[in-house]
Amino acid sequence: MMVSFFCLFIVFLYGPMFCILVLSFQGPEGGLTFPMRGLSLFWFESLFDGVGVIDIWSAFGRSLRLGLVVMVLTVIFSLMAGLAFRKKFALSSALFYATVSSLIVPSIVISLGVALEFRILDDTIKTLGEKHQITWILEDFRTTMGLFSSGLGAQLTWTLPFGLLIMFAVFNRFDPSYEEAARDLGAGPWKTFTEAVLPIIAPSLIGVALFGFTLSYDELARSSQAIGGLNTLPLELRGLTTTVTDPTIYALGTLTTGISFTVIGLALAFYFTMRRRASGKKI
Amino acid sequence: MLKQIEKYGASLLALPFMVTIGLFFILPLLLVVVVSFWDYTSYSIVPDFIFTNYEDIFYGCIDNLPELCTAFSTYLSTIKFVIITWLITLIVGFLIALFLAFCVQSIALQIALFLLCTIPFWTSNVIRMISWIPLLGRNGLVNDGLVKVGVVEAPIEWLLYSEFAVVVAFVHLYTLFMVVPIFNSMLRIDKSLLEAAYDTGASTWQMLTNVIIPLCRPGIIIGSIFVVTIVMGDFLTIGVMGGQQIASVGKIINVEMQYLQFPAAAANAVILIFTTLMIIFGMTRIIDVRKEL
Repeated sequence: MMVSFFCLFIVFLYGPMFCILVLSFQGPEGGLTFPMRGLSLFWFESLFDGVGVIDIWSAFGRSLRLGLVVMVLTVIFSLMAGLAFRKKFALSSALFYATVSSLIVPSIVISLGVALEFRILDDTIKTLGEKHQITWILEDFRTTMGLFSSGLGAQLTWTLPFGLLIMFAVFNRFDPSYEEAARDLGAGPWKTFTEAVLPIIAPSLIGVALFGFTLSYDELARSSQAIGGLNTLPLELRGLTTTVTDPTIYALGTLTTGISFTVIGLALAFYFTMRRRASGKKI
Repeated sequence: MLKQIEKYGASLLALPFMVTIGLFFILPLLLVVVVSFWDYTSYSIVPDFIFTNYEDIFYGCIDNLPELCTAFSTYLSTIKFVIITWLITLIVGFLIALFLAFCVQSIALQIALFLLCTIPFWTSNVIRMISWIPLLGRNGLVNDGLVKVGVVEAPIEWLLYSEFAVVVAFVHLYTLFMVVPIFNSMLRIDKSLLEAAYDTGASTWQMLTNVIIPLCRPGIIIGSIFVVTIVMGDFLTIGVMGGQQIASVGKIINVEMQYLQFPAAAANAVILIFTTLMIIFGMTRIIDVRKEL
C-alpha cells in the first residue's frame, strides 16, 4: 500500500510536467490540451522566432549569467562561512539565526525591502548630485537597481542559507583527524585546506553549486520587484502565462526544464564520481 | 600579525557571508519597518513618522463588523489556504518520508528515490504551475475522463483558475519542504527503539503514534514553518493558478509596489510578518501541548 502511495506521488510530481513535454511537440493545429494534434517541432520554431514583443533569448541569457554568478558566490561564501562556523566567532549565533530567518521570511517582503533599499540609495545619490552639482549624476544617473546589484542580492538571500545548511551537514560529519594528520606532516593551514579538506568536501560543494545555480535560474518571487528594468526568464514566463494561449509556452517550458535537468544530471554525475573517487582514496 | 589573523580568522572567513546577509536581508527588513511609518505621494516616498499606512489598511474594519473589511477577508482567505495546504502537505509529506525511511531497505534505492522526489524542486515553479493546464483545463484530461465515465455531464469549471487549483499547485510545489525535514528526523531514529516497541507487543499504529511521531517532532515543526511561511506570503501561485482573481496578502503588497505606494506595502509587510510569526508560535504551542498530555 505504501509502495502504491509513493508511486502515485511520483506520478503527481512528474505527470503534469510530462504532459507539457508531450504537448509541446504537437502539430501547428495543436492547442493547450489533449488530444495531440499531429507531431512536429512547429512550436519550437515559433519559439525561436520570438514570442510577441518579449525578447526571450536575452532574458534567457540574463538568467544564465545571473545563475552562474549566484552559483560561484554561493559556493565561495558558504564554504568560507562553513569553515568559520567550525569555531565560535563574534556574532556567530546571530548570523546563524539571521540566515535561517532569511530562508523563511516571505519572499515578497524581502523583494520589497531590497527594492526600498535601492530606491532610497537612488534618491540619496540624486539629492547629493543636485546639492553639489555633480554633472554625471545630473545627466546620466538613472538607478543603482539592476540584475547584478539588487537582483543578485535578493537571490543570494535565498541561495546562501541552503549553501550554509549543506556546509553544516558536511562539517558535522567531517573527521578532523585528516586535518590533524596533514598538520602533523608539516602542512601549513592553506596546504591542509587544499590538500586534505577540499578533496574530501568537494562532492558536497557540487551540491551547493547545484542549489546555487538552479535556485537562481528559476527564482522569481524575491527578484520580482528588485531586478530593475530587464527581466529574467522566469519573470518573463510569468508574464507569458496571462498573454500566450498556444503551445509556444509549453515549448519554452520543455526547453527550460530540459536545461534544468541537464544541469541536475551533470551535477549528480559529478557528485557521484567524485564521491566514489574520494571513498576509493580512503581505502 | 599572524596571531591576529589566527584570532580573527573565523570572523574574516564569515565576513563575505555576513555582509551579504546584512546588506540584502537585515537592512532591507529594517527599512521595511521604518518605511511603513513614512508618508508618500504619487511619485515619491517622504520620511516621516505617521500611522496612516496602518490606519488605511484597517479602515472600517472594527466599525463594520460583523461584515468583514478587505484586510480581514484577505487575511482569512490566505489563512484558509495556509491551513488546507499545511494539512495536506503534512499528511502526504509524512507518509512519503515514512515510506522512504522505513519501507525501503537498500540505501542506494533510498537515495535514488529521495532524489526522485527532490529533482522537481530544482526546476521552474512557473512551468510546474502551467503544467496543470492540460490536466485541469476545461477540456483537460480530468474533465474528459469524468465526462466519459459519466460522473459529470458537462466539464467542471472550477478545476483550473480556482481555489482548488491553487491548493493543488501548493501541494505539488511544496510537499517536498515537509518530506525533507521529516525524513531527516526519521533517519535519526534509533532502529532498536522500534524493535523494542515491536518486541513488547506494540501494534504498527502504536509504534507510529508513540515512537515515530514524537521523535519526528523537530522535522514536523521545521517542515510546517516552511510551508506556512511560503503560503502566507505567496502571490505568484495564487496569481497564476487563481487566474489573477483571488486576493492574498502577498498580492496586495505586490500591487501596492506596482503603484509605487511603498510605505503602504511596507505596512502590509510588517503585518504579514507579524501574523506569520503568530501562526508559527501558535503551531509550536499546539504541538507542545499535545506532547504534554
